[in-house]
Amino acid sequence: MIEIKNLTVDLGTFQLQDVNLKIEPGEYFIILGPTGSGKTILLESIAGLYPIKSGEIWLNGREVTKLEPEKRGIGFVYQDYALFPHLSVKDNLLFGLKQTKQPKTELHSIVDWIAGLLGVTHLLKRKPETLSGGERQKVALARALCISPQVLLLDEPLSALDPHTREGVQQELREIHRRLETTIIHVTHDFEEAIALGDRIAILSEGRILQIGTPDQVFRQPSSEFVARFAMARNVFSGEVRDVEKGDAIFRIGDLKLAVVTELRGKLHASVRPEDILVSKELFRSSARNSLRGTITHIDDRGSTLYLTVSTPLNFICLLTRRSFEELGLKAGEEVYITFKASAVHIF
Amino acid sequence: MRNMLRWIAARRLPITFLLLGLVILLFISVPLLKMVFSSDPGTLWDTLGEGEVRSAIWLTLYAALLATAVGLLLGVPLAYFLARHRFRGKRFVEALIDVPIVVPHTAAGIALLFVFGQDFLIGKAFHSVGIDFVSAVPGIIIAMMFVSVPFLINSAKNGFEKVDVRLEKVARTLGASPWQAFFRVSLPLAWRSIFAGSVMMWARGISEFGAVLILAYHPMIAPVLVYERFEEYGLDYARPVAVILILVCLVLFIGLRTLAFRGERA
Repeated sequence: MIEIKNLTVDLGTFQLQDVNLKIEPGEYFIILGPTGSGKTILLESIAGLYPIKSGEIWLNGREVTKLEPEKRGIGFVYQDYALFPHLSVKDNLLFGLKQTKQPKTELHSIVDWIAGLLGVTHLLKRKPETLSGGERQKVALARALCISPQVLLLDEPLSALDPHTREGVQQELREIHRRLETTIIHVTHDFEEAIALGDRIAILSEGRILQIGTPDQVFRQPSSEFVARFAMARNVFSGEVRDVEKGDAIFRIGDLKLAVVTELRGKLHASVRPEDILVSKELFRSSARNSLRGTITHIDDRGSTLYLTVSTPLNFICLLTRRSFEELGLKAGEEVYITFKASAVHIF
Repeated sequence: MRNMLRWIAARRLPITFLLLGLVILLFISVPLLKMVFSSDPGTLWDTLGEGEVRSAIWLTLYAALLATAVGLLLGVPLAYFLARHRFRGKRFVEALIDVPIVVPHTAAGIALLFVFGQDFLIGKAFHSVGIDFVSAVPGIIIAMMFVSVPFLINSAKNGFEKVDVRLEKVARTLGASPWQAFFRVSLPLAWRSIFAGSVMMWARGISEFGAVLILAYHPMIAPVLVYERFEEYGLDYARPVAVILILVCLVLFIGLRTLAFRGERA
């Protein structure tokens, strides 16, 4: 378990102020915040790499606030991986192990095991400069895992990767976390990444923690403008993809079924942009696979556009132009149909 | 013909610059080459046979090498410190390091004499443990060190600055102490710059004349020997020694430079 009490860190132009976090053993904890909110420094402070002004850091019941970073047993993965360029992948993995006083054969078997776990065994002889972004990220993860860290800190581990690689590494992270049960603190500015991976999410903005909760809590009741804006921009649901019906994958949210396009299976999340949802008074036939009946429960008038909340009873936020809104003559409490394509649903 | 003119017209800037650059390249190479190729191999061989010449060249090489060794021991830590810390007066310290390059070297020699001469405190202290600087090898070494150490410090500092601090930080999280992080990460990564700086420092030490002349005319290093022969016997006597010195320097310098930059990508 890791506990951060009243942490204050001077960042030059502003401060990380009174950060209080309590992260359970084996938890996948996300710190979500915009660029420049002090996320990297917060991680460096936890690892002992950045001097703190005041506060305490406790690791498994032991105070480590003044402990040198090399004695904390905290693994760190930087956004740009920070692999040692003068060492082969194998020597990168061995770097931390060589600091321990274990017999050599032991070290090599640990490296082989971790390399196998992350699927980088074939890269062991290569130099970092010859690796792709995804490979580098896996090697950086493997290097941090080799020392069996009590906590693994990940600084934007996916943001330097292209979308396709990102999905793969994201799966990898989930899998590693499941198998090793390592406590992970992962900072990111990406909402979908946060929802997809986090057991709990802390919202960090301008050096302060604004909210802590499960992805659902954070996005259903956003207590910050930063999250609210995102929550308005996406309809996010958690559910499950188990089966395929007539060629479409089916995303189940309780009793509700949405047709979606994805190769992924299991417990997942879906998002639909408000502007991709059509609102109509009658059900109409179209190529769109998803049509739902609901009631308008709220109208948020923004001038030239309006945001309608339609309860099906699941709440969908839909974006309409003023002209469409007036032509349809919509009012709160009215029954409408909402329609969107299977391909408009993003599964992650 | 027309194509060629067009080809030239499209490349006016690089061609102009190349021609101007050629002038300076010739200015460097022609005197050296002329001196080397206009000397008689027989005379060179005879000169090389002289004990005085051989011992002067040997002394020059190893005194400069020792100066470089001391420079490594004291200069690399400073270079690392400067590369990693920001503090008030850092600019001043950096300027101070460059001062030996800009002061006249005879003046530098006199300045050193005022500290390391036996009448002065530091000179006295060293004298009491049996080390004298005036007219002695240690004097040659400190004179060479004074004028050449900036090259090593600056090059090493640039090398350390290029090492991402995060590599050291990651090393720390992997269990390395600050010392281990330095020796296992920073030093190997900056090594090429440090080596290139050492080569520059050694070469600069070998070529030093003014400061050494003030502190230690004897024992005689090669540049002083060239000067003495020129003064006492004239050009014909001085030239073979000078040619040998140039050849030794060229061979060493080109060899080490190749080594230092081997494998480095453009």
